[in-house]
Amino acid sequence: MAASSRAQVLSLYRAMLRESKRFSAYNYRRIRDAFRENKNVKDPVEIQTLVNKAKRDLGVIRRQVHIGQLYSTDKLIIENRDMPRT
Amino acid sequence: MDVQATTPLDPRVLDAMLPYLINYYGNPHSRTHAYGWESEAAMERARQQVASLIGADPREIIFTSGATESNNIAIKGVARFYRSRKKHLITTQTEHKCVLDSCRSLEAEGFQVTYLPVQKSGIIDLKELEAAIQPDTSLVSVMTVNNEIGVKQPIAEIGRICSSRKVYFHTDAAQAVGKIPLDVNDMKIDLMSISGHKIYGPKGVGAIYIRRRPRVRVEALQSGGGQERGMRSGTVPTPLVVGLGAACEVAQQEMEYDHKRISKLSERLIQNIMKSLPDVVMNGDPKHHYPGCINLSFAYVEGESLLMALKDVALSSGSACTSASLEPSYVLRAIGTDEDLAHSSIRFGIGRFTTEEEVDYTVEKCIQHVKRLREMSPLWEMVQDGIDLKSIKWTQH
Repeated sequence: MAASSRAQVLSLYRAMLRESKRFSAYNYRRIRDAFRENKNVKDPVEIQTLVNKAKRDLGVIRRQVHIGQLYSTDKLIIENRDMPRT
Repeated sequence: MDVQATTPLDPRVLDAMLPYLINYYGNPHSRTHAYGWESEAAMERARQQVASLIGADPREIIFTSGATESNNIAIKGVARFYRSRKKHLITTQTEHKCVLDSCRSLEAEGFQVTYLPVQKSGIIDLKELEAAIQPDTSLVSVMTVNNEIGVKQPIAEIGRICSSRKVYFHTDAAQAVGKIPLDVNDMKIDLMSISGHKIYGPKGVGAIYIRRRPRVRVEALQSGGGQERGMRSGTVPTPLVVGLGAACEVAQQEMEYDHKRISKLSERLIQNIMKSLPDVVMNGDPKHHYPGCINLSFAYVEGESLLMALKDVALSSGSACTSASLEPSYVLRAIGTDEDLAHSSIRFGIGRFTTEEEVDYTVEKCIQHVKRLREMSPLWEMVQDGIDLKSIKWTQH
């Protein structure tokens, strides 16, 4: 399998951000920071390892978002106020 | 904002646990079929994850039902094993209730315990520790990070002292594991207690680290089928330990990122409160301090009324174990806090999932309500008029 291209990494990044928006603010920030942190990695083996881990994490996010919605609870006081996007 | 009491499950932890709650439900001690083998494999993987977080060998990790059980095993187990030659233990006055209670029950069995006082900063005096060690001391137990005031004890130095005097060193690291770097060999720790639900893992599980080289012998508390090397009989709860292992692995990956974030949020909370409110005291040494546990005393305000005013934020004054009683926290008393300030203390907990908005909201409400409560307080009025409260002679009726 060819090493992940820039396009693939970006599409993975977008997919993760999209999924995690339905989740919590932490995930959004964490994903963004993690991708930023690794943006200068050049070694293709390391890139592939990171991409594989991200794919697994995307799976975790998808499943857990779903479960969270099944067992949802009332909104926190913070979520009911008009908050500007961070 | 009460993460010292407990933490939510990290979604990655729940994801790791679910298969073992649904289809992979085997008993890890069943030797004769695949259900047992895969459950055992998961248990051993989790053991390795816990071990690698603290620099230990997996054979040195025993799963328990939580840090309370681990503390009981460490203190009672070591004391009783060496009871023929050693009858003395040392601990501090700011330990968790389960440690203090275990020591008290050992005293009833005929052991002698020294409860070391702490300085105003919350940190023990190392010279006092050295002086307290006797030829018949078997164990020193000092917690790594205090759950009420967030103070970090000098664990590496204590480990060095204990190792040089050939005394076993136990630390209750429930609030520290996965949050600050810990290495049982660098810090010369012989026994360590770990709690699952303080590090975004499940409740009802924990672990105890027991050193093998040189071997620390422990008398088992729980008798049974000899599981966990005979030190803790009972079926190991696979889903829970898988959760604990996953929590440890995630913590190892996220430690640096979390610490940076939490430190920033902590600074923000303390600065914003202190610049808007006079007469606020932070309990515990600000330098040797874990940023995620902030204990503040608001003078001339009653702690309980402030907690009730901040009703949409989950906070506490003191620890969850003592939150039902009206007594001010013994930890605050041990660091020499005045009675009235001890009643006015609130503990703010910042964790992996705490957001900036939550901190800002809490700060805003806190400032608002402290101001309101102080307006209503006759003591505050007197202080504003320049009266020294300590000089007042309250009349008897």
